[in-house]
Amino acid sequence: MSANVMAGQRTTHNRARRRMSRVGLHLFLIALAIIFAWPLFYAVYMSLRPYGEIVANPNGPFSLPATLNLDNYFSVWNGQNLNAYYWNTAVITIPAVLLTLWISSMLAFAIAKYSWRFNLMVLMIFTAGNLLPPQVIIVPLYRLYLLLPLPAPLSDNGLIYDQFAGLILIHTTFQTGFCTFVLSNYMKTLSKELMEAAMIDGAGVFTVYYRVILPLCRPAIAALATLLFTWIYNDFFWALMLFKSGGKRPITAALNNLSGTFFTDPTQLAALSVLAAIPTIVLYMILQRNFVRGLTLGSTKG
Amino acid sequence: MSEVEHKALTPAPAVAAGAGVPVPKRRPRHYSVLTRRDKVLLAVMVGVPLFIFVVLIWAMALVSVVLSFTDWQGIGPLNFVGLQNYTYLFQSYPAFWPALSHNLLWLLFFVCFATPMGILLAVCLDRPLRGSWIYQSIFFTPVVLSLAVVGFIWELQYSPIAGNGFIDSLLSGTGLVSANSTPDWLGDPSINIWAVLVAASWRHIGYIMVLYLAGLKSVDPSLREAAAIDGANERQTFFHVVFPVMAPINVVIVVVTVIESLRAFDIAYIINHGKNGLELLSTLITNNSISEASLIGFGSAIAVVLLVISLVPIVLYLTRVMRSEEQ
Repeated sequence: MSANVMAGQRTTHNRARRRMSRVGLHLFLIALAIIFAWPLFYAVYMSLRPYGEIVANPNGPFSLPATLNLDNYFSVWNGQNLNAYYWNTAVITIPAVLLTLWISSMLAFAIAKYSWRFNLMVLMIFTAGNLLPPQVIIVPLYRLYLLLPLPAPLSDNGLIYDQFAGLILIHTTFQTGFCTFVLSNYMKTLSKELMEAAMIDGAGVFTVYYRVILPLCRPAIAALATLLFTWIYNDFFWALMLFKSGGKRPITAALNNLSGTFFTDPTQLAALSVLAAIPTIVLYMILQRNFVRGLTLGSTKG
Repeated sequence: MSEVEHKALTPAPAVAAGAGVPVPKRRPRHYSVLTRRDKVLLAVMVGVPLFIFVVLIWAMALVSVVLSFTDWQGIGPLNFVGLQNYTYLFQSYPAFWPALSHNLLWLLFFVCFATPMGILLAVCLDRPLRGSWIYQSIFFTPVVLSLAVVGFIWELQYSPIAGNGFIDSLLSGTGLVSANSTPDWLGDPSINIWAVLVAASWRHIGYIMVLYLAGLKSVDPSLREAAAIDGANERQTFFHVVFPVMAPINVVIVVVTVIESLRAFDIAYIINHGKNGLELLSTLITNNSISEASLIGFGSAIAVVLLVISLVPIVLYLTRVMRSEEQ
């Protein structure tokens, strides 16, 4: 009897303690969430305020806004011809994503589904190469780009340097490492029966790849497409190094030249940053699950 | 590296055929007879991308090594000068040791702060918690941003009062610091690396959180139940049960953390092209060989230093993957 009472007291005590720790956890997470959300929130807030109003007020950025409007966005968009930069981004990103997925799915298929001598070594070459910092190879690569010829429709200077094709090539090559690794792990988990059945029916290698394996990999490919789009869209380094003319750069790399223009007006700089951030944030909001799945496939096996 | 290659080259007892041509597994199966066309197709599927990858990535890394022993400036024949670039780099070049120490500081800051913070958040958000997905979304959002955009967003926080920077306006507005002595977060070479590290962590923490959370979700729940029955508290369960079975993810986390700190470039470049307190190995390479000067040989020597450092985590990771592959 008394033991029961004591046990009962202990559980209520425990429950109270657990509730306390839960409240503490929420407080901790809320505080952190505010800190994390703040820089982006502040950028959006600044971008909506007329700069004159901030300057005129002695409290500067702390003053309460009298007006909030999209003027900064309009003036940045029209004044800097952002259409062109977004177009450059699309011309680079979309072909690079498609090419990477196509090539790495074939590679992964050949590596995961057929056993041959240098299987593992090939996979290692790709995976390890993908981990190298790009700065390690940029100097010779830059010189190579200045030497490699490329015919007219793809290039306007006869070289691969300073061309969209050159940027697509390096993105595709670099990202193929990661995607091949992820896709080959994914393909290893697929059951063998379908493939065997297709081969008994006389299907060749390409048919097996295209009609059997590729449709089964759709979830992994969708996840990778989301990640690839974000990574290539976000690229700053390759575009900065392998383009001479600022006008050909995609939006993220163009930020580097444009920022100088707004040195004196942080509200326009804020508007520009938000504009550059919007595509990936929207993609993330729509395809949140794909992001997480893509990263998960890369880190856990299968 | 040689150990890795050696292991890779030790083949499973497969029937040897022409090098590079796919051969069927040792146990003959009904589909193992590939036609000649199929073999050619498979060889093309692997061979062409492999060739391009090796030329553009690994051969370039090797060329970097070769160029680092020359004084090439982009024109004329190659002139080999032995270790001259390296002796100058280590003994006289004023930016080298600061850059190397900034890279190491970056790594230390990630290892001691950002990565554990991401793991802590993952552990907090792994349990059933109301609003967990809201927290996860907020912490993950910076990860989808370009580092260049991250640089700008934090410039709005760090600019001096004249530029309406938030932090300095806050410090002087609340009277904590007088308006004319607020820190110049990005301009003062003794503190700007820390300001950049905070901005970089803002993105790194969410990245680690998502990776780790995925790992935690894949841990067999019966392990935790068994630990709970044995009377282990949450902390004991994590350190003695969950953490050890997470070994594969832990390796990925270590590799991601090291590689990200070696790759650091964009934020520093956006702020001041990697100078005046923000020197990094990566910015030294591009500034010396591409953007500002054409000292190809000298820049390559810096690239080789970076290459050697990055091979450490890469080899660690590969041996790990190989071992699990062999099992």
